Amino acid sequence: MTTTTAGRARSTASLRHRLAERGIDPLLLLVLPALLFTLALFVYPFAYGIGLTFQPTAATQAQWGGGVLANYVAFFGDPFVRDSIWITMRLAVPAALLNVVLSVPVAMVLRRKFRGKRLMSSLLVLPITLGTVLTAQGLLIFAGRQGWINRFFLTIGLIDEPLKLVNNYLGVMFSLIITGFPFAFLLVSSYLSGIDPSLESAARTLGAGWWQRFRKIVLPLLAPGLATTFILTFVLAFSVFPSARLVGDPGGETRVMALMAYRSFGEQLDYPMASTIALVMGLVELVVVAIVFAWRSLLYKGSTGGKG
Amino acid sequence: MATTTVAGRRKAQTLPGERSLVASPSTWFVWAGMAVFLVFLAGIIVAVVVDSFGKQWFEGWLPAAWSTSWYSSAWERFELGEVIGVTVGVALAVVVISVLVGVPASYLLARRSFPGKKAVTALFLLPILMPPITYGIPLATVMYAFGLGRTVVAVILVNLVPSIPFVILTMTPFIEQINPSIESAARMCGASIRQVFTRVLAPLLVPGILAAGILVLVRTVGMFELTFLVSGPGSDTLVVSIYRAMTSAGGGEARQLISAMAVMYTVTMLVILVVALRFVNPTQLVARVKDARED
Repeated sequence: MTTTTAGRARSTASLRHRLAERGIDPLLLLVLPALLFTLALFVYPFAYGIGLTFQPTAATQAQWGGGVLANYVAFFGDPFVRDSIWITMRLAVPAALLNVVLSVPVAMVLRRKFRGKRLMSSLLVLPITLGTVLTAQGLLIFAGRQGWINRFFLTIGLIDEPLKLVNNYLGVMFSLIITGFPFAFLLVSSYLSGIDPSLESAARTLGAGWWQRFRKIVLPLLAPGLATTFILTFVLAFSVFPSARLVGDPGGETRVMALMAYRSFGEQLDYPMASTIALVMGLVELVVVAIVFAWRSLLYKGSTGGKG
Repeated sequence: MATTTVAGRRKAQTLPGERSLVASPSTWFVWAGMAVFLVFLAGIIVAVVVDSFGKQWFEGWLPAAWSTSWYSSAWERFELGEVIGVTVGVALAVVVISVLVGVPASYLLARRSFPGKKAVTALFLLPILMPPITYGIPLATVMYAFGLGRTVVAVILVNLVPSIPFVILTMTPFIEQINPSIESAARMCGASIRQVFTRVLAPLLVPGILAAGILVLVRTVGMFELTFLVSGPGSDTLVVSIYRAMTSAGGGEARQLISAMAVMYTVTMLVILVVALRFVNPTQLVARVKDARED
């Protein structure tokens, strides 16, 4: 470009034109409503909440000291609240892992063609409609002391006393698997359907057994999808709230962070403390997600795969 | 010995892609696991349904007598007519607003690159990656500060937070797979942007919008955490009022009342999902992207 043409370009091309070349034009307004909603309903409240955490109530300050950081001192100083991090992790990590690990073989089996396949996958996805509250109610009745499970085991003489399956850690775990597994299964099978079956056929012709085909071909291609599935089911399990209250032991074993946050918010009306717990909860969760993402990018082999 | 040779011969005879009738132990293991899961599932559902129709059920395999009175008394006791009205109204409002706001944004994200696009995408992703309680509590605090607490408006606004990003995330790949040359052709023939949207894109997007809208509907009807934080009498949705009935002070309501409500809730969700599955195959939402990217 010579200087004259550049000069002419500057004189004729409006600012609008030059911006359009860089991708800024009136069409960008399309994203504006969504952006405004997100800013008003997500970013602003979050910032407000972070601000609140540094404005502890007089009661918190009197009990824990620490000035503006009193909420954080209270959080990490009070074992009843602090331990909820560990309690939540102990529920969410195994639940998410189990859901992902179990859904892989199921999705593999249901990938084949056979009669009743559609019915089978519909049945597995069905619990999505149940919702945590009905699952909780069902578990209380079905797995409770008088429930059919205990009755069955007592009748066949396998046990002498009813098993304690609800109102504890186990009850919440059941509910997390029942609500989380269909979700994981749906995601894993859709990722699985994205893997070209001819890759496996090729390996088969070269003499690879099913384990070799799974280990060397399917698993590496599926790994990024598995990581995403893990993250999404982890978020679900990490935010467990109604079932921790209904089929768990909300004062002890299943005293999860969401319950603690709600206790401060709805029962003690201590909004600064509630925001603090919510913020720490978000941070812990994001740390786990970041770790999984890092692992995923380390492992990522691309969706075409097979080329090393 | 004989069987192994038969199996070996059969394996040799099968065409590639075909499978032998004899399943491997691992397959049996998977089927057993699925059976346990389904037994549990059936147990939970049947237990609730039986409970909701049982007159009294403390001992024994089944209740002593049957009745439908729990449904009528639950309907009156919890003013379910109003609750269901609120639930449906909130869900529809959330679907309409999130589609109207989300689809244009996803069009832009699918078609354009602009400065700050990555940041905007991350911002939209964040509400989906965070547990609802973590942003729900600050949001509810703000709502109460603005005097919006316990209103239907608050319930709708709160539910929009995860719904708008959800629509954007599901619609973006959907729009990506529509060939942009169709739009260019329309523009060449003199169509304005508005016309391109209403005449060309909208008809092509209907299946995607239906899919996203129905998924948002299911999510909103089932959303407990966010609604619970800001709702109150007169603005409770069905899930929240079931939860409140289960945990109300004084040992909670009669178990059968809650079972009856839970059955109504599940039937509602089931109807929505059956309708949804007639229109969309949920597994396509993710898989289709890969197909589209290949060319």
